[in-house]
Amino acid sequence: MSTDETGQGAAAAPEMAETSPAVAHRLIQLITPAGERVSHPEFDFWVKDVSDEQLCSLFEDMTVIRRIDVEATALQRQGELALWPPLLGQEAAQIGSGRSLRQDDFVFSSYRENGVAYCRGVDLTDLVRVWRGNASSGWNPYAINMATPQIIIGAQTLHATGYAMGIQYDGADAVSVAYFGDGATSEGDVNEAMVFAASFQVPVVFFCTNNHWAISEPVRLQSHIQLADRAAGFGIPSLRVDGNDVLAVMAVTRLALDRARRGGGPTFIEAVSYRMGPHTTADDPTRYRDANELEDWAAKDPISRVAALLERKGLLTADFQQHVRDQADAVAHRMRKGCTTMPDPEPMDVFRHVYSTPNSWLDRQQEHYARYLASFGEPAGAATQEGAR
Amino acid sequence: MTRMTFARAINAGLRKSLENDPKVILMGEDIGALGGVFRITDGLQKDFGTHRVVDTPLAESAILGTAVGLAYRGYRPVVEIQFDGFIYPAFDQIVSQVAKLHYRTQGAVRMPITIRVPFGGGIGSPEHHSESPEAYFTHTSGLRVVSVSNPQDAYTVIQQAISCDDPVLYFEPKRRYHDKGEVDEGVDPAAALPMGQARVLTQGTDVTLVAYGPLVKTALDAAAAAADEGISLEVIDLRSLAPVDYDTVVASVRRTGRLVVTHEAGQSGGLGAEVAASITERCFNHLEAAPVRITGFDIPYPYSKLEMHHLPGLDRILDGVDRALGRPNSLSGLEG
Repeated sequence: MSTDETGQGAAAAPEMAETSPAVAHRLIQLITPAGERVSHPEFDFWVKDVSDEQLCSLFEDMTVIRRIDVEATALQRQGELALWPPLLGQEAAQIGSGRSLRQDDFVFSSYRENGVAYCRGVDLTDLVRVWRGNASSGWNPYAINMATPQIIIGAQTLHATGYAMGIQYDGADAVSVAYFGDGATSEGDVNEAMVFAASFQVPVVFFCTNNHWAISEPVRLQSHIQLADRAAGFGIPSLRVDGNDVLAVMAVTRLALDRARRGGGPTFIEAVSYRMGPHTTADDPTRYRDANELEDWAAKDPISRVAALLERKGLLTADFQQHVRDQADAVAHRMRKGCTTMPDPEPMDVFRHVYSTPNSWLDRQQEHYARYLASFGEPAGAATQEGAR
Repeated sequence: MTRMTFARAINAGLRKSLENDPKVILMGEDIGALGGVFRITDGLQKDFGTHRVVDTPLAESAILGTAVGLAYRGYRPVVEIQFDGFIYPAFDQIVSQVAKLHYRTQGAVRMPITIRVPFGGGIGSPEHHSESPEAYFTHTSGLRVVSVSNPQDAYTVIQQAISCDDPVLYFEPKRRYHDKGEVDEGVDPAAALPMGQARVLTQGTDVTLVAYGPLVKTALDAAAAAADEGISLEVIDLRSLAPVDYDTVVASVRRTGRLVVTHEAGQSGGLGAEVAASITERCFNHLEAAPVRITGFDIPYPYSKLEMHHLPGLDRILDGVDRALGRPNSLSGLEG
């Protein structure tokens, strides 16, 4: 059930007519759910260079991250991970946008953008480090130009905007990209981020994946208009794209990035998709949503439609399919191995990196805890007083 | 040495930091053409431009949140929170992001953000303009919290805070903004007394009196008044509120055997409780009396006609000194 199907966008009462109700965006689509490539007068341009080979590569990426997602969910069920936030159904939104970015662009995401992290070149083991409880950040943000995924809903949109202010001050042409969900659009931080981004006209892209559910709350609880329409109130141009169409997502992301690089300021993208799985492995969506809805969206699956398109083009050969399966299995195997062989942190690591400078309060607590641990006759861990900073 | 106001000293320190490091950026509401509601940033936007001294839209969470993004990009943002009571919309960004990103990223991302907060009362303002919210932040790991009490420290410590790789809340006693003092602008902040250390302002033998920010002046006045009665107070300006420089306070209390700690903020769960507990732990065998807290009450900041009842003044502090000394005082005869 997408917002346009519920008719919310057109629900303005007659007496409200003078306030010019939001005009519903047309959903930008380049590949139909049946796998038909449809032309678009404006957006074909942005993907005209995408070759058959690249289309195959996008298919492979989406298949691999779905496999990663399945593997991580299995790892959680097997007790190897404490929790996992599945991205099932959102592969096109993540791969289409993630593959549009340049290395020097910087991503500020939520915890569900594991597919984007994959595009940024994340080490597979780093994807599960946080969820295994071994770290609060899986990776060094500067290694892949992607911030630590944010758990506080929407907070990262401000970081993205601030980073974009820095890009602007530096005179660089990189772009900062904020990923967030439909629920986040209700947060003050997201709205404040759009105010700042518009005021300073900084190179930031607000990429909102409308997956229709914020845990158990449907998008209609967050907004009575299409999310893309909210941007207009901030003076930010917006695009509403079929988030399950990898090519269309790529097209709109490229347009938004290009606008930002050329000094055109922020763009808001609403990628309309669906969270096919639970919010996290701890969630039970059967308590709050209709199975029919799931069925409707299964018919719009992002990977099946590209498979159908490749089939039409004669590219979905047995060899290619085998190659993709092998690739997905290999990646899943590497991730599983990295996960299960990850060394546990040392006890004294608990004190590390709270500050980058010496801190008398913490140094004392650390010293006392080391003595406490030592009182059991066991080594207190590798961390030294110096190292614990 | 130049004689200047407290406000001017902060301004001069900010100017120095802007000159010395191109990554330093000032952000806040009304800090540009107006120079801030207290004129602390007076003239800085004119001299350094709108990209170094940034007037922001009115959204405190965004001021801090964008500062986080700038820090990610390698900048050293110095943000002004217009009044103490306006900091709460930014609380999440300060506590969940600014304070924790270094830990979260295992040291990969530094947050060298300075948060300037005019704080405290005594200026006759309506609600939200006179608060002392420092304990919320001293309780948050990952932050450093300082407060300055005189123009020289204001000038030096703001530069130390800005050059610190950890986030620092810099609490400015707004009712002292117009106080004047000698400032040596040639001081090297790296060679000066470190930001984390307390300073003993008057040597004394009878009672250690710990204060910070706006009450340091009150504490010094109290010491002068006590001296007239033959009581010798050792006044310590805490300067750093997180972490507290306990070495300095412990050394003093081990000599005097008595502690009075004072602040404008409410008593329960306040910094005075932390100081009293830590000093009791570390100096128990040296204490001649229970530590005494002379603080604001556990009330919302009152309307201005009543604020002088809430704010610890010289006489209330001296009453606390009497209590520490076992002399007749307002609570004589009460148990506990």
